[in-house]
Amino acid sequence: MHPAFSVIFFTAASGAGYGLVALVGLLSAFGRVPQAGWFGFAALAFALALITAGLLSSSFHLGRPERAWRAFSQWRSSWLSREGVIAVLSYAPTGVFGLGWVVFGRTDGWFALAGLMATAMAMLTVWCTAMIYASLKPIHQWHNKWVPANYLSLALLTGALWLNALVHLWGRPDPVVGAIAVAATLLAAWLKESYWRFIDTVPAASTPESATGLGARGTVRVLDAPHTEENYLLKEMGYKVARKHAVKLRRLARLFAFALPLALTLAAFVAPAPLALLAALVAAGSAMLGVLVERWLFFAEARHTVTLYYGARQV
Amino acid sequence: MDGSPAAGKSVRKRTLTERLFGGQEQVDTSPKVADEVKYTTCYMCACRCGIKVHLLDGRIRYIEGNRNHPINRGVLCAKGSAGIMQQYSPAKLTKPLRRVGERGAGEFKEIEWDEALGLASEWLGRIRASDPRKLAFFTGRDQSQSLTGWWAAQFGTPNFAAHGGFCSVNMAAAGLYTVGGSFWEFGEPDWERSEYFLMFGVAEDHDSNPIKLGISRLKARGAKFVSVNPVKTGYSAVADEWIGIRPGTDGLFVFALIHELLRADRIDLDFLARYTNAPWLVIRNPGQGDDGLFTRDAEGNPLAWDAKKQAAVNALGVDVSPAIAGEVTLPDGRKAVPVFQLLAERYLDPSYAPDEVAKRCGVPADTIRRIAAELAHAAFAKQIVLDQPWTDWAGRRHDKMIGRPVAMHAMRGISAHSNGFHTCRAIHVLQMLLGAVDTPGSWRYKAPFPRSCPPPGKPGGKTVAANTPLGGMPLGFPLGPEDLLVEADGTPQRIDKAYSWEAPVAAHGLMHMVITNAWKGDPYPIDTLFMYMSNMSWNSAMNTAGTIGMLTDKDPATGEYKIPRIIYSDAYFSEMVAYADLLLPDTTYLERWDCISLLDRPIGSAEGPADSIRQPVIKPDRDVRPFQEVLIDLGARLKLPGLTNPDGTAKYPGGYPDYIANHESKPGIGPLAGWRGEDGESHGTGPANPRQLDKYIEHQCFWHYELPADQLYYKHANRNYLETAKRLGFIDKAEQIVLQLYSEPLQKFRLAARGFGPVQPPDRERARIEANFDPLPIWHMPFEEAAVDNDTFPLHAITQRPMPMYHSWGSQNAWLRQIMSHNRLYMNRRTAASLGIADDDWVWVTSHHNRVKAQVRLMEGVNPNTVWTWNAIGKRAGAWNLAHNAPEAVRAFLLNHVISELLPERNGYRYSNSDPVTGQAAWYDLRVRVEKADAVEAGETAPSFPPLKTPPGLASPPSILRYGADFKSRDAAEEGGK
Amino acid sequence: MTSYVSPATGQKQLGLVIDLDTCVGCHACAVNCKEWNTGGHSAPLPDYAPYAADASGVWFNRIHSFEAGEGDDSRTVHFPKSCLHCAEPACVEVCPTGASYKREEDGIVLVNADTCIGCKLCSWACPYGAREFDEDAGVMKKCTLCIDRIYNDNLDEVDRVPACVSTCPASARHFGDLGDPNSTVSRLVAERGGFDLMPELGYKPINKYLPARAARKTAGCTGAPAALEPAGVDGAKGLLRWLDRALSR
Ligand SMILES: Nc1nc2c(c(=O)[nH]1)N[C@H]1C(S)=C(S)[C@@H](COP(=O)(O)OP(=O)(O)OC[C@H]3O[C@@H](n4cnc5c(=O)[nH]c(N)nc54)[C@H](O)[C@@H]3O)O[C@H]1N2
Ligand SMILES: Nc1nc2c(c(=O)[nH]1)N[C@H]1C(S)=C(S)[C@@H](COP(=O)(O)OP(=O)(O)OC[C@H]3O[C@@H](n4cnc5c(=O)[nH]c(N)nc54)[C@H](O)[C@@H]3O)O[C@H]1N2
Ligand code: SF4
Ligand code: SF4
Ligand code: SF4
Ligand code: SF4
Ligand code: SF4
Ligand SMILES: [Mo]
Repeated sequence: MHPAFSVIFFTAASGAGYGLVALVGLLSAFGRVPQAGWFGFAALAFALALITAGLLSSSFHLGRPERAWRAFSQWRSSWLSREGVIAVLSYAPTGVFGLGWVVFGRTDGWFALAGLMATAMAMLTVWCTAMIYASLKPIHQWHNKWVPANYLSLALLTGALWLNALVHLWGRPDPVVGAIAVAATLLAAWLKESYWRFIDTVPAASTPESATGLGARGTVRVLDAPHTEENYLLKEMGYKVARKHAVKLRRLARLFAFALPLALTLAAFVAPAPLALLAALVAAGSAMLGVLVERWLFFAEARHTVTLYYGARQV
Repeated sequence: MDGSPAAGKSVRKRTLTERLFGGQEQVDTSPKVADEVKYTTCYMCACRCGIKVHLLDGRIRYIEGNRNHPINRGVLCAKGSAGIMQQYSPAKLTKPLRRVGERGAGEFKEIEWDEALGLASEWLGRIRASDPRKLAFFTGRDQSQSLTGWWAAQFGTPNFAAHGGFCSVNMAAAGLYTVGGSFWEFGEPDWERSEYFLMFGVAEDHDSNPIKLGISRLKARGAKFVSVNPVKTGYSAVADEWIGIRPGTDGLFVFALIHELLRADRIDLDFLARYTNAPWLVIRNPGQGDDGLFTRDAEGNPLAWDAKKQAAVNALGVDVSPAIAGEVTLPDGRKAVPVFQLLAERYLDPSYAPDEVAKRCGVPADTIRRIAAELAHAAFAKQIVLDQPWTDWAGRRHDKMIGRPVAMHAMRGISAHSNGFHTCRAIHVLQMLLGAVDTPGSWRYKAPFPRSCPPPGKPGGKTVAANTPLGGMPLGFPLGPEDLLVEADGTPQRIDKAYSWEAPVAAHGLMHMVITNAWKGDPYPIDTLFMYMSNMSWNSAMNTAGTIGMLTDKDPATGEYKIPRIIYSDAYFSEMVAYADLLLPDTTYLERWDCISLLDRPIGSAEGPADSIRQPVIKPDRDVRPFQEVLIDLGARLKLPGLTNPDGTAKYPGGYPDYIANHESKPGIGPLAGWRGEDGESHGTGPANPRQLDKYIEHQCFWHYELPADQLYYKHANRNYLETAKRLGFIDKAEQIVLQLYSEPLQKFRLAARGFGPVQPPDRERARIEANFDPLPIWHMPFEEAAVDNDTFPLHAITQRPMPMYHSWGSQNAWLRQIMSHNRLYMNRRTAASLGIADDDWVWVTSHHNRVKAQVRLMEGVNPNTVWTWNAIGKRAGAWNLAHNAPEAVRAFLLNHVISELLPERNGYRYSNSDPVTGQAAWYDLRVRVEKADAVEAGETAPSFPPLKTPPGLASPPSILRYGADFKSRDAAEEGGK
Repeated sequence: MTSYVSPATGQKQLGLVIDLDTCVGCHACAVNCKEWNTGGHSAPLPDYAPYAADASGVWFNRIHSFEAGEGDDSRTVHFPKSCLHCAEPACVEVCPTGASYKREEDGIVLVNADTCIGCKLCSWACPYGAREFDEDAGVMKKCTLCIDRIYNDNLDEVDRVPACVSTCPASARHFGDLGDPNSTVSRLVAERGGFDLMPELGYKPINKYLPARAARKTAGCTGAPAALEPAGVDGAKGLLRWLDRALSR
């Protein structure tokens, strides 16, 4: 699949934003984040900025952005529609939660509930985003259970690392937050590795033979494509990344999304304050970069069944 | 289909979301399609299907097939469906052009028509007043040969031909000299009745849609379809059996089939005795001047041996019991044998046994034996008996029509080889042995064929004089050496050397040799090359680079171009345009009158003759004129006899439509056969009808005469049909047309080679004529293969026509070029592996002449000794108003770059790369080697030529096309207005 | 949960049946489709860089060519493909705007160009590559089954079939109601073993493909023997056989 930058940025940024919202909502209910209104403002503003930038960027992907509002209509069947609806709805609990925290300085009671609701809706939004991909049967690399797990865990990972950076920035490092960041990193790494193992080992059901129904006669090969130059289908869905290249990029993703953040987060536990802050910040930035690479690969490694009609031996 | 309008509306309760976000779309299922529908004839290729052009707001909304048209019965091919894009092509020429820079530099200035025509008539007038031969007038893909040929004759030059010489003259000539009709587009399988269809070397054919319609019909009925073709695509892909023969060996394959049929005595002797010259007696008198000629009586009738009377009798008589074997002694003491015996002796020879030819052809002997058995089974075990009485040529009534449901068709896979004439004759002989010519279920003539056999009409031009029309038409059919166009010493009289000893039966000329010969001044220099609708500097040239050089070469002594003047008419900016000194821009096929005449390349079918017209359906938006109109105007300016009245005024002041309706080539015979006579009630022949074109328009632009049921078969011997044909003006006498297994005219040339007769070949030609003018079909190795080292050039290289492209002119079409703008070199997967070549690799294809670079596509369905590509996809950069980096110019290639118009030298002489009998260009004799190109060479083709400059006046190509958007907004506007 | 309801059995489901046994790969249907539709319901079908490098455009129907099998036994198959008007069209399900829909009355899958936001998701959801994005207008387009022909009162009855069907020179395309088991097309599918593309994905395409028939190249395939019996005409005495054959003209 063609790795459209707007979509990659959207999922990575909004994922981090929702991850952050989710963690802040959850932890603040348990009083595990600084109670200061300024902190709340910074955390939530940063999260909403990530989310909003992502959402805006995703509309660049639309052929008719001015009609984007129409996308709220099909929530009964379309994951994209659901994602849109929930994304918009999630502003409400997050707003109430933020209002309580920043303006009224309160994170308890109804506001805590709003925080928990924000957590749930943030995660739900990420899940919807993942389900947009996971529901697409023609794309074996997307249509599997690892995809929602990856999306959720990576959102948590980036959210946790940003939260850790924020608490360090606030001068209030918290071992629980640090531990969550470490756990999220390990979980996300394990899920991503499982995903990669899955797409490397489990073949798609569809083949050129099933795509054409000609399998009974033997191997099916393309003699001539319908057009000698690329058409929309190939430009959009025929993107191919060389195996060698993919291996390299996976390494980079591992490094930036998991290895470095893990090491830096651990280092932040023990390092003196200014260095710990730097470590936490770099960990979050590195994870963002890692997720961008991961997301690029998520598209680039995804192979659509339509390519079976254009010479792909497998998808 | 349930087509009730209610079904088009969706009725459903609107949900909440629908009310919020708008409901389901209301689809207009009955939009208006056209303000007006005009019928005309397609010319996206030469098949000439009937079309309906839907016009909306003065633009073309849709072109569809005419269901009533006999050729296409409503269907349309890809090209025909892309007519809109041809009409709006930015490659359309817009105004007459005169060269201002060096020839080939593409520097032109626009001039007015008056100046253009004045210039042309000045140039041509000078030639006509001195030596009319100095005008070489060659036309390409046109359909107006009866006009152009007649014009040339009026002008007085023998140097006229159309594209047939490089196209398929082998098929035409072999057919006309053998069965009085031909494959090409003049015959067709009996699609409704055939049980077995054997097709040789056909990719797309002039019968594009009819063949597709036919094959699906045949398959639906469960008949077996066998395709003999080195490549398994298109028709071969849907064949029940594919025979992936090695190119150039079909003759041997056919001989082996004949061998098998003879050996098993599974042949139709009755058919042979009645309808062919099988019983005719051939003189056996080795070393003498009558050897191999037919015995004839005092009236010139051929003789046969009457087994009952035990005497030689007129072979054309009615009550004859002819012997078909056994040597006889004639009253004058000479020995003679029936044709059949010679034939049987020849093909029973063990050298034609399946086991012998199998290796050469690459077809297993068992397959050959099985095909022979299947042919015999289909012809005899599945014999068709129609309850249809008919009367034969002798007036005898038959209750039934007996059919041999085996049909054959062959085209350029046979034709475009130097042994193609004989191979095609071999196929016709095979048909005759099976009794499968124009019988129910077999191959059938398309009216106006059959014609007398060998064909009538000799080439004109023996004598040429200033300001004098030619004594006859330039093209014709020689029946012996005395009909050749040669000087006493054997020097060719025509610029293309047609009808010379190098190509005696060159019934369509040798267009592929004109530029080379004119450049060399061999046999003589010319003054003006006048061409129409032919891309002779590119895809119809052999030796492209050489041809370009010759077109621009100057005589160092005089500084004049070797070909001093070139006048060219094209409708589009083709590669050839750059080489014109004077360019006459033509209209498109939707803008002009045209006449698809029985006198040209008719569109008749086996069910009856047909002709048709094109009418202008859209007005040109440029300063262009129909070429026929221009030719008639030029003729009047030159005061050509047929085009001027005695008082010097133009004979056809109304231009081409005037000519179509009023010209008569013979009294009562004009370009169109329908609705003749003052009252418009005569068909075939009759006085001119000034309202004839209106009649055609009333009848959807075509005329089709349906033959009655008793005339549908055995046309060569069917009295009622022959009388109809005479009445319609197709034949002079309603006489049986006897099919010629043995071709006596060929023997006459051979006797000349042996030293007999007054017209003698130069000594150099004797052996060649002796070998190639065998009166029975022979096979020889294709000349190029025989001349080059086959270890150095181990592969055959051929081309195929892509179904959605018409030669070079498809690439300017925005829709068609999206289908194919890059052609690959297709190779057998195993052959490629043995050469270390992988899919998508770039390779050099090298012949004895040149080399070209191409990208490879591997496949299974191709003969392992053969590589091939799609024809005419490669384009010169800049031509057709395409971007210079268009794939057509950067990646696509022409095999023409490596095909030479001349064979390698032998005994100090280079013959043209042609069939020695007809002069047919031997495109598919090409031998090559294929080598992987260096990595740095990948990605681009070579050779590449400097880009052509865009001539003035052309539209600038849009970067995005939204054709049809207007129709939609019009809908919206109308909706809004309601 | 979805707003889309699968068609009930027996419900009208218009579609195409494509005969791979006779399709010669001529592209007529593809070009005629383009020609009709560029001025039709989904007008226009734009073309980008139409006279330059990398030309591409919107086509509702495309012709592929495949080879199946090895060596002489391989079969070249020309393979037209347009929207299959699936019974379970995920392209409709994923559409966030409802612009994609399947008509209840005849099963035709359409896009409402007035409400499409051009998110391209439907084209990702279609396994067959039957969706065509109009970059220029920013909306998705696709085969309409010629909805503006098949019910068009301005056309003669015989012409009320999809453009690709009426133009196909090899009669390889058939149009009709595949929801009705007794329709001509349904019977054709039953007789010839018509099949679905990628049945494993469960889209239940309405369009069906008829398989290419097996080659006929074994002895007896037409009823003829493997070789002809010699009649003893070989050699010197061979021609004797024909010497006194009684024939007449
Ligand atoms: N390698 C290889 N070469 C081949 C062949 C092959 O099989 N292989 N085939 C050969 C054969 S059989 C043929 S017939 C030739 C064909 O080759 P050409 O006869 O050269 O055919 P086209 O390329 O179509 O060129 C015809 C010219 O007519 C112009 N034209 C189109 N419409 C009109 C019109 O309405 N009016 C006028 N005035 N001009 C028009 C086009 O712009 C074009 O320049 O190619 C030959 N060349
Ligand atoms: N779409 C389209 N239609 C056209 C044309 C076009 O350019 N495009 N051109 C028109 C013209 S001018 C012509 S002349 C006709 C020609 O119509 P065809 O005769 O169908 O033309 P080719 O494409 O030359 O086909 C030659 C076929 O013969 C095969 N072949 C080559 N060598 C041999 C051999 O030795 N033996 C056998 N058995 N087969 C062999 C090739 O693989 C190829 O399939 O088509 C006309 N129709
Ligand atoms: S075969 Fe195609 S291009 Fe040729 S005349 Fe017919 S419709 Fe036109
Ligand atoms: S073929 Fe594709 S676009 Fe058509 S209905 Fe099925 S899924 Fe949708
Ligand atoms: S591109 Fe249009 S039709 Fe397709 S899913 Fe998006 S909104 Fe629906
Ligand atoms: S049904 Fe109509 S829109 Fe669909 S492929 Fe055929 S011609 Fe095109
Ligand atoms: S028009 Fe018919 S034969 Fe040609 S590609 Fe389409 S389906 Fe095949
Ligand atoms: Mo030709």
